[in-house]
Amino acid sequence: MSDRAVRTLFSGSRTGIGYKVAFTVTFVVFTAAFVLPFLWLVIGAMKPAVELAQVPPTILPRTWNPGNYTEAWQLMDLGKYFLNTVVVVAGAWAVQLLVDVPAAYALSKLRPVLGNGVLALMLVTLMLPPATLLVPMYLTITDLPILGINLVNNPAAIWLPAAANAFNIYLLKRFFDQIPSELLDAARMDGAGPVTVLWRVVLPMARPILAVVSILSVVAAWKDFIWPLLVFSDPALQTLSVALQRFAPDTPINLLLAGLVLAALPMIAVFLAFQRHILAGLTAGSVKG
Amino acid sequence: MSSSTLLRPAGAPAPDASRRPGRAPGRLRRRIVENLTAYGFLCAALLCFALFSWYPIVRGVLLAFQQVNFITDPVWVGWDNFELLFKDPLFWDAWRNTLLFTGLALVFGFFVPFLIAVLLNELRHAKGYFRLVVYLPVMLPPVVAALLWKWFYDPGPGLFNSLLRAVGIDGPHWLDDSSTSLLSLVLVATWSNLGSATLIYLAALQTIPGELYEAAELDGANVVQRMRHVTIPQTRFVLLVLLLLQVVATMQIFTEPYIMTGGGPDDSTVTVLLLLYRYAFVYNDFGTASALSTLLLLVLSVFSFAYLRVTRKAEA
Repeated sequence: MSDRAVRTLFSGSRTGIGYKVAFTVTFVVFTAAFVLPFLWLVIGAMKPAVELAQVPPTILPRTWNPGNYTEAWQLMDLGKYFLNTVVVVAGAWAVQLLVDVPAAYALSKLRPVLGNGVLALMLVTLMLPPATLLVPMYLTITDLPILGINLVNNPAAIWLPAAANAFNIYLLKRFFDQIPSELLDAARMDGAGPVTVLWRVVLPMARPILAVVSILSVVAAWKDFIWPLLVFSDPALQTLSVALQRFAPDTPINLLLAGLVLAALPMIAVFLAFQRHILAGLTAGSVKG
Repeated sequence: MSSSTLLRPAGAPAPDASRRPGRAPGRLRRRIVENLTAYGFLCAALLCFALFSWYPIVRGVLLAFQQVNFITDPVWVGWDNFELLFKDPLFWDAWRNTLLFTGLALVFGFFVPFLIAVLLNELRHAKGYFRLVVYLPVMLPPVVAALLWKWFYDPGPGLFNSLLRAVGIDGPHWLDDSSTSLLSLVLVATWSNLGSATLIYLAALQTIPGELYEAAELDGANVVQRMRHVTIPQTRFVLLVLLLLQVVATMQIFTEPYIMTGGGPDDSTVTVLLLLYRYAFVYNDFGTASALSTLLLLVLSVFSFAYLRVTRKAEA
């Protein structure tokens, strides 16, 4: 905060005229590049369709139509698609935690024979670009091996592949590795089985990493497009992104824009609420410098 | 087989062994129980990985050499799928477009975030605001960003050309012109994603000890020299890792061309993944689509291996 802060590339004063100019320019450019588009969208969504087609565009609507939002909601039946998305995202999140937490715990603390080999096989999948698995994954969900079930139009087609997430397991395992084994041994001496140890000892300590994994999985599931596009052939089951893309060509532009705002809001709200965790997840996602 | 005992923390007692050193069968039984418990915890994950990662990997490569119609058994066709691909002029267009996209995306998506991060690291005010707004687009679902920018790009009432018109420039036709269409997609993708790279760089820059800059300055190094000899070497690892990750990510570009241009105009935005999508889900030719994804995999595995080696070295 003060001038005595850590020395960086420049050693100039942080209060001089040069700094003030640089700061102002950066502030204006950033606002124009990253805030203006959102403002332009939110305001544009309140213009009548005719006004949106006008050249040059008006800056503020001549007549404000906040009703566009409710109209868009009804016209595109967005409530249904929101609900579909919530089911997909919540399920993906829950299944990832249910599958990946015990797996990471086993690999970190129970250390079975061949555990490192299993971990390595999981981590190898991180090296594979997801796009290259699209076709065989799709064929797999249309006819699940052995079980012979068709998961097309079933949210499980998103939930289950989401659980095969080596990165989650890696993050969780690294965190569990830091929990002293003495603590777990003590609980075990008191007669706690592995499930109790996981539930009562490990998970309460792992809250920060659970928050990171939760947010990563929720954001990823909400943003995903190509896989839900393939999985839900029934329009009634589609997620918000897939539905919006389907509606785009035939929807009046002002209502489409209103729909975009509504679709953007939940993630923006999540970001504002969990900023700290999301940014922590970002650096957990990269490698330390 | 003894890994479970070998890996026991040094201080932790091995109760069975210390109590009854001679009773091997008891120890064995205990170890079997321990392993069964561990694999009990692992089984859901193993099943998910087997079904949705490991099996599809193998199957994807096999499919590349097969013809499938889902009525009769798949037929082994050798290199036919690949030959078909090589004869498709779109195949070469798709690779050219994808490489061009990746190249342009690196110019913007790799250098710009670094410069932004260096700049933000210098500023002492409104840091929270900058960090917040640069990351906002990252939270936007890609479909929303693509549809939003499609509207911005509209040559008539669109935001960009309106701004250009205000300063007296006749703007380009963006998505409707094959000379600017790919660049237009790069700009959206960059705007959407640069926030995460910026913040990762920023975190890396903040770990650089100030004494290094001080020492360089005392030695008479100017700003450019300090950048070259302090900033870049100190963040080299993060720069390299993000470079590799970005190559792998941008070569899988799909959502933007699918929604904004559908591959046009004149196939100028057909990317490898868009072509793959067409082969598989429009023509239902899963064999040829798999041949294409196998080729993509081969190309990208170079970068994946590089990434693996870089990060391994750093961990060691």
